[in-house]
Amino acid sequence: MAVSDLQLPENVVVSRLDSLANWCRKNSLWPMPFATACCGIELMATGASKHDLARFGAEVFRFSPRQCDLMIVAGRVVMKMLPVLQRIWLQMHEPKWCISMGACASTGGVFDTYAVVQGVDRFIPVDMYVPGCPPRPEQLIQAIIDLQDKIQREGTITGREFDTAGRQARKRALVELASPLTSDAARNPVLQRELTAQAESLTGRS
Amino acid sequence: MPFTSPPVDDVLAAVAGRFGPPETSVFRGQTRLIVAAERSFEVLEFLKAGGFDLLVDVSCVDYLEYRDPPMQMPTCAGRRYGLVYLLASTTTNQRLTIRVFVDDPAPTVPSVVSLWEAANWLEREVWDLFGIRFAGHPDLRRLVMPEEFTAHPLRKDYPLQGRGERHNFPVITRQES
Repeated sequence: MAVSDLQLPENVVVSRLDSLANWCRKNSLWPMPFATACCGIELMATGASKHDLARFGAEVFRFSPRQCDLMIVAGRVVMKMLPVLQRIWLQMHEPKWCISMGACASTGGVFDTYAVVQGVDRFIPVDMYVPGCPPRPEQLIQAIIDLQDKIQREGTITGREFDTAGRQARKRALVELASPLTSDAARNPVLQRELTAQAESLTGRS
Repeated sequence: MPFTSPPVDDVLAAVAGRFGPPETSVFRGQTRLIVAAERSFEVLEFLKAGGFDLLVDVSCVDYLEYRDPPMQMPTCAGRRYGLVYLLASTTTNQRLTIRVFVDDPAPTVPSVVSLWEAANWLEREVWDLFGIRFAGHPDLRRLVMPEEFTAHPLRKDYPLQGRGERHNFPVITRQES
């Protein structure tokens, strides 16, 4: 019996467990404010009442990395600060995400000198980049909304989406198969065999 | 009306009486006293005893390939680094700038931490960024750059973007974190 034939009682919905976990996670982000410069002021404005980050469930800034799952690097990071940034990132628990806020955090900005890191993504993984010098709170909110979309789209309850190399390998395998497999099938060998067999019967290949 | 500190003629006369005629220059009402590195500690000690109780700043200038030689004085001719000591007196409001010129290799001046405790970190900063050694400093470590840094980055022959020091850090990927 297919899922679409299921007769559901009132007020009952059917969903994937991954979707449920993503829905919870994306609406309850706990930012870690790594604010080192003027972007930090805009970050504070974003969290304050006028722009009200609580509308997106991300208003609780915690200064302990153990209690956070979203690092917002706001401002330039100097070489001497980089080991601190990396240690804080490692101390945050999974699943975790990173927003690089502003020109300096993303590229080094105007500070192309011996002392300033030319983009934190050279040393830690980054999910979203926010342009601007400094960005308006609206831009940061847009980045958080985009990150929520990304979490809802790609997240899994066990955090398998962070296995980047494995994911790339599976994508390549799908391209080589050239059959209409869904990403769910890629994680489910039984379903994958069924779909492959269907595809072969449909296209006439044997 | 801009702030002007009181004239320092009496101080210069006292210095002349003790150490001989001083080499001085004046720029916008600010008097500079040029001192040889070998005698800088004695002169600064004398000035502190004479009332300059506040060391405002210790800094340095690298005159490498400077288009005009900084000052045509015998004590500084052709020397690369010009140290700047800014002194002030909290009782008379007098201000005096001391210039000490040193040259490669191993530019060294005596430390004045024993006179002004404020010189401790100021001299560490000058050591860190210019590589001027302060003989007798109690704890001459780097102040602003990371401890493992090897160069003195405010020297004019240091490239603006560095020599690749910042590329030595480990990269944390998604798999590792």
